[in-house]
Amino acid sequence: MAFTNEQLERYSRHIILKEVGAKGQKKLLNAKVLIIGAGGLGAPAALYLAAAGVGTIGIADADEVDLSNLQRQVIHTTADVGKPKVESARETMEAINPDVTVKTYRLYIDSTNITDLIKDYDFIIDGTDNFPAKFLINDACVMAGKPFSHAGIIRFKGQLMTYVPGQGPCYRCVFKEPPPKDAVPTCKQAGVIGAMGGVIGSLQAMEAIKYILGTGDLLTGYLLTYDALKMEFRKIKLPKDHSGCAVCGDEPTITKLIDYELPSCELKSQG
Amino acid sequence: MKITVAGIAKEYPQGLTVRKLIESENVETPEYVTVTINDDFVESGAFDSTVLNEGDNVEFLYFMGGGR
Repeated sequence: MAFTNEQLERYSRHIILKEVGAKGQKKLLNAKVLIIGAGGLGAPAALYLAAAGVGTIGIADADEVDLSNLQRQVIHTTADVGKPKVESARETMEAINPDVTVKTYRLYIDSTNITDLIKDYDFIIDGTDNFPAKFLINDACVMAGKPFSHAGIIRFKGQLMTYVPGQGPCYRCVFKEPPPKDAVPTCKQAGVIGAMGGVIGSLQAMEAIKYILGTGDLLTGYLLTYDALKMEFRKIKLPKDHSGCAVCGDEPTITKLIDYELPSCELKSQG
Repeated sequence: MKITVAGIAKEYPQGLTVRKLIESENVETPEYVTVTINDDFVESGAFDSTVLNEGDNVEFLYFMGGGR
């Protein structure tokens, strides 16, 4: 596949990079990335992946755009309020870059649909807002041998890690199982500074892009934490030995996907 | 004895257990924190029995559930 003149111009700042080049840009155009959650994390990730020319971007979310989303979910506009988030996200991505094919999945992930959802994708971005979904994505990706970026944000803090099959710990190695319902704040009441999604979601897009290009060091074996009030990033080394992990260890005890119960305050609105 | 907690080296009393450190550092949601010492996990059931040593590097890893 040869580049059109328009593509040479659109991707010129990529192509000039020795780590990308024409070859890398073609890899991006041929890549498939799935973003689960079109919200605080998923919105900036989707914008940068679309702009970068990731050829196929899947986006999964069951919600509609709410006015309270717009403080951070920068892929949606005021005119999109009431529209399915995946539709609003698709329109913005297509407007940014016609090279991108956007596939929309208007659903909440669960144990019955996630395996089928992730199977055609090269890399998965967890942009969800609750522990049941985060554990489900981890387990499904481990079982299917898919690399993914995990992230979480709350208040003025955010963190992320990357799982690549066979290369170190998974999310469950670090956080054995979801905390009891409502024990750890995850709900809309806790609040989050809007730009936090921009910082962490963009880092997730960066991990996906580096994975596709096969360049640089990924956040495998590390948890990167960001404290905006202290203006401090920390790259925390995670234990290497994951042989005892319930899902990615040598003798896994979790061999079926689990639908954990959502905290009560998240049942009505997941935005 | 000097130990490093979340990247900061400080003096701590001899015989300090992981449990006592969690208390003295005012760790948020202490029931659900993941602890590593020198890049190895400490099982939560061993917080009382695990005594820290000079030069140890301790990290607290927290659940963070938001994202949408």
